[in-house]
Amino acid sequence: MNDDTSVNNDTVLLDSDSEAVVDNIIKANQAAWSTRETSEGSQELRRRDVTQAEELGRESGAVLRLSDGVVLDPTQIDIDRPDDETMILNMGPQHPSTHGVLRLMLELEGETVLRTKPIIGYLHTGMEKQAEALTYVQGSTNVTRMDYMSPLFNELVFSLAAESLLGIEMPERATWIRMLMCELNRMASHLVWMATNGMDMGSSSMMIYAFREREMVLSFFEKTTGLRMNTNYIRPGGVAADLPDGWEDDIAVICDTILERTYEYDDLLTGQPIFRERQEGVGNLTAEEALALSITGPLLRSTGVPWDLRRAMPYLNYDQVDFDVIVGTYGDNFDRYAIRLNEIRESIRIVRQILEKMPKGDYRVQDPKVTPPPRSRIDESMESLIHHFKLFTEGFKVPEGETYVAVESPRGELGVYLVSDGSSKPFRMHVRGPSFVNLQALPLLLRGGMMSDAVAVISSVDPVMGEVDR
Amino acid sequence: MSVTAIGALDGYATLNSADGTQTVFPDRARYRELVRDLRASGFEMLIDLCGVDYLGHPGRSLPDGVVPERFEVVVNVLSLSQKRRIRIRVQVAESAPEVDSLFALYPGSEAMEREAYDLVGINFTGHPDLTRILMPDDWEGHPLRKDFSIGRVPVQFKETPGPR
Repeated sequence: MNDDTSVNNDTVLLDSDSEAVVDNIIKANQAAWSTRETSEGSQELRRRDVTQAEELGRESGAVLRLSDGVVLDPTQIDIDRPDDETMILNMGPQHPSTHGVLRLMLELEGETVLRTKPIIGYLHTGMEKQAEALTYVQGSTNVTRMDYMSPLFNELVFSLAAESLLGIEMPERATWIRMLMCELNRMASHLVWMATNGMDMGSSSMMIYAFREREMVLSFFEKTTGLRMNTNYIRPGGVAADLPDGWEDDIAVICDTILERTYEYDDLLTGQPIFRERQEGVGNLTAEEALALSITGPLLRSTGVPWDLRRAMPYLNYDQVDFDVIVGTYGDNFDRYAIRLNEIRESIRIVRQILEKMPKGDYRVQDPKVTPPPRSRIDESMESLIHHFKLFTEGFKVPEGETYVAVESPRGELGVYLVSDGSSKPFRMHVRGPSFVNLQALPLLLRGGMMSDAVAVISSVDPVMGEVDR
Repeated sequence: MSVTAIGALDGYATLNSADGTQTVFPDRARYRELVRDLRASGFEMLIDLCGVDYLGHPGRSLPDGVVPERFEVVVNVLSLSQKRRIRIRVQVAESAPEVDSLFALYPGSEAMEREAYDLVGINFTGHPDLTRILMPDDWEGHPLRKDFSIGRVPVQFKETPGPR
């Protein structure tokens, strides 16, 4: 196997002379490289001795995701460093703290990280391709499986994109229900992050606590949608079902309990010296770097940029509720922790306002093109039965056009670019996953840091691999 | 959406898309120049980049003077200060699926261009590390092309015997 060199013909990595040199080196080292079995060739971080100086410089730029746009101190990349001073360590894809199947290749000098390259694709299931074979009715079942920590946001953004092409107006109640469910989902998602981050930091009680609170939210999801995750609740044309009887009481209990518990987290983690020591000043990011790398979400806000789509470009009814956009100062791990903790509180604030403002009315648009007739009509009328059947087999036709819709998911800007050719299936659906883009920050965040902080930094980026790989 | 004119867009074919976003159609030669000008006029972030294969859907609406090609590279840029998006759609010929890389302007395009290369097969000239990102390295073909069948394909993972 010499796929290290004979990779894609499109990307000429080495000229023929150095190719022979590399071949020899590979042959000589074949036995020693025990990781070769799982090798994926050119996606890997290459060893210094098989990398020409010029390429190393270029690679450092690529691997560190830097270009002329961001100032990089040239002395920081030590191209002439002999290879025996550094070591390449493979981390993942089966590693408990890589949050799924993220694989990192780290170049270390002692315990200091020099270069990092995230290698992804282990969970790639071709959802964008799959979407082209599914109708718009089936589509939300597909997208909800992408970011499995915040499934409702995936459904929301897909539905908004389809509705933007259809040009239909949502009933008020449907919009408010969507907001309610999404904010609850944001709380659940951040709680999972608090849990796993706590565990990465060595606090297993945080793990138990946050999952306990998340369970309340998931129980409500189960009550409303029938499923705890991958709910397929928000669909093009509204939501799948109305809120259950007594939902106000459930929501009030969830809000009161979780708000109170967030102050317990303060006692447990926020003020705890060991925790702060490990979080503060670790994994620094500047606003300029974040913007250049297209970073969004809590990572961007931790650098002090008050960018939240709910506030900046309001969708649904976010312009009618009061909330604060939480912003950090230093762009370090602790800022990101504090932002997520406080976003849980802001979500509770929003949910309480929704509780007061929830109007009565339809939870689905009353457009027979998109919405099937009610169950009772099907028993009476043959036409309704045919109509119902047609909607769920053929689906509805969406006018030709293309649209990009974005929402603020717990991880950042979640966007869908939808192209329709006028049929009942998307011609092309592209999902801009915030985790996928945010992962680009990892090499920068880890650079110069300690190996032991890597786990903390990966956690603070909060990648969900289902969304990264799609 | 704001409707203030941007000087950088002068001389390009534009269109308002279904969601009201202003969409620009530069040709391949002026694509990088346009993005550079947009970046200079306050579009701080390249929020999304993807490739689209229009095989089998040639009749899409394009402004006058834009020749439809098989592939398109679609770029969404975002201005945080003006709270506004602009979409750029570049036509890319099937015979030479190449466009300039935006890496030097927006380093954040790195992973997105790799994804477009991997899944749609568009080459980005000047990209520092154009390798597959989601598919395995020895995968053949580009899955999001319309002529890539989603029927049964043998699993191409290395050294794993198939079930039959």
